[in-house]
Amino acid sequence: MKFDIVGKRYWFFLLSAIVIIPGLISIATQGFNLGIDFTGGTLLDLKFSRPVTVTEVREALKEHQLENSTIQLAVSEQVESSPNVFIRTHVLSDDERIAVLEGVEKSLGSFETLRVEKVGAVIGEELTKNAIFALLISWVLMIAYISYRFEFKFAVSGIIAIAHDLLLVLGVFSLLHKEIDGSFVAAMLTIAGYSINDTIVIFDRIRENLKAQPKSETLAHVVNHSIWQTMTRSIYTVLTVLFATAALYFFGGETTKNFSFALLIGIASGAYSSIFNASQIWFTWKEYEQRQRIAMKTGGSK
Amino acid sequence: MRRGNLTKFLVTVIAIIAVFGYYILPLATSIKQGLDLQGGTHVVLEAVDTPEAKVDEDAVQRVVKIIEKRVNEIGLTEPIIQRQGERRIIVELPGIKEPEKAIQMLGKTALLEFQDESGTTVMTGKDLKDAKAEIGQNKNSVVALEFSSDGAKLFGDLTAKNVGKHISILLDKKVLTSPVVNEPIPSGKAIITGSRTIEEAQELAILLRSGSLPVKVEVLEMRTVGPSLGQDSKEKSKVAFSIGIAAIIIFMLLFYRLSGFVATISLLLYVLLLLLGLKMLNATLTLPGIAGIILSIGMAVDANVLIFERFKEEHRAGKTLRAAMDAGFSRAFATIFDSNITTLISAAVLFFLGAGPIKGFAITLGLGIVLSMFTAITITKFMLRMLMHTNVFKNGKIFGA
Repeated sequence: MKFDIVGKRYWFFLLSAIVIIPGLISIATQGFNLGIDFTGGTLLDLKFSRPVTVTEVREALKEHQLENSTIQLAVSEQVESSPNVFIRTHVLSDDERIAVLEGVEKSLGSFETLRVEKVGAVIGEELTKNAIFALLISWVLMIAYISYRFEFKFAVSGIIAIAHDLLLVLGVFSLLHKEIDGSFVAAMLTIAGYSINDTIVIFDRIRENLKAQPKSETLAHVVNHSIWQTMTRSIYTVLTVLFATAALYFFGGETTKNFSFALLIGIASGAYSSIFNASQIWFTWKEYEQRQRIAMKTGGSK
Repeated sequence: MRRGNLTKFLVTVIAIIAVFGYYILPLATSIKQGLDLQGGTHVVLEAVDTPEAKVDEDAVQRVVKIIEKRVNEIGLTEPIIQRQGERRIIVELPGIKEPEKAIQMLGKTALLEFQDESGTTVMTGKDLKDAKAEIGQNKNSVVALEFSSDGAKLFGDLTAKNVGKHISILLDKKVLTSPVVNEPIPSGKAIITGSRTIEEAQELAILLRSGSLPVKVEVLEMRTVGPSLGQDSKEKSKVAFSIGIAAIIIFMLLFYRLSGFVATISLLLYVLLLLLGLKMLNATLTLPGIAGIILSIGMAVDANVLIFERFKEEHRAGKTLRAAMDAGFSRAFATIFDSNITTLISAAVLFFLGAGPIKGFAITLGLGIVLSMFTAITITKFMLRMLMHTNVFKNGKIFGA
């Protein structure tokens, strides 16, 4: 028999916990780096004709009392200066914004405006509300569908696996202090969609094998066998999807970097949770139920 | 017989490759591009109450009209002005040169002025109480004006001094209409003739009302993407797309050989159909949308992988190539169906709850799932069957088994 994934399930649960818990601690202590899509505010994405440093930009913003704004260089490497700078401030009125841009030009030289965004606080609140609402609705619908096609326990196990993936991504974004913007919501829902897709393939095989199961085979054996039967597919599929996402991350535009980063982690985690967590949760639940039933019976006969 | 099948197969392959090579670029570029790709400004405005006027349906309609008028004066190719909810208006200005100026202009409160022939402003919007389109006595379309009590006096004065002359009504310093005064009008009620249709009269009435009862407009959200960033995003997306698809194709060929080749061909068809579908739905291609396409290609492969893995299993269990392939398709179908429906659920939720660019992403993802099921199940199957019926390839290895 191949490696016993089901038997070793507590080790895999432990591994998941080890990976997720630091992120949860980070979420609890330092929270998220929420972009203006959520908090409201003004974003200026400027490309100067010469490289500038964060200190220089902060100095230039001082005369507008904006020195406490978030200033980032648009490069992933640790360098001192870059022509491309993101500035994130509280919501500036149109007149204020024009004044700031003029002031920056005066002290730092000419620049090209790559992006200017202004999001009112109301919009941010709506986005947060909608995001949570969207996630819950999609979960309810998924539970309904999976309960209908499979059984309720599969549905809940699948959703727990999704929660695993989303928590991991949220944790990593909190730990690395990466910005969370509107497209992050889309990334989260895509990850949820991918993770459940991946899980269902294994559940489907368990369902099929249970039907053809000889009496002598244990449930653990069936689950283990099903996971191994679908293993090649699980690996190939996650690889192709990761190829696509990695291409997006490494070669796509700057504005979709965080989006594809979330997808990269989430999809890898989705594949992991499908293989090592979802059906094991289902199995643990089933087994617990069986033990309860036996306990009831023996209890009754006494 | 054998030859015939092989020829059919080759013709199908060449046809799909040729159509792909020829149409992919024109098709991709003909889909409407979002502001994040072509550059431009996206503004969400909200009408807010002022002491003089409360926001109601009519007020928002007036604001929409006046914004349409202002936007049209900029002279952009495809601006979009759209109501969203009760009080909001979305304005998209593709390729706008001076976004700051345009935003200031959009948010300005409407200014209505009545001027005499010499160009002196005699009255303003606050003197006008109402303006309505009506059918006049001679069955012609007219705009009926009603002035406030102060306005009635001023207007009486203005008309008395200008009988036989033009007076001008201006909105935002631009002449809306300059009717000729036929007689002094002291009653505070006047009629402007000269509208050709009732729609034209209505349009004029709305614009007059928008100056008489101006509600304030606030910019809730504004996003401007400069043209160079848009261009840069487009270029990079093309590169990411090519590399992503190339990696997947190489992978499929390495692991599934001939079956992988067939899957690649149906993948090409899938991309074509997806773009065609987006074009037919009149969808706007945004950066997240492109991400959705690239991602969906990765997922489209999944259906093929499921089928091929099942095929390998069945073949290993002792079935002939053909029987194994058929079993692979029919057994994998239930799996593909169930797993894709759950993903479709998230795409649907994104579509109904998401805004703007996220909606675009949801459309590509959802459409992608449906189309990938179609191409994997029908096209791949059709081509593989043809290939197996040629009897040229008898070794399971060449199909990846």
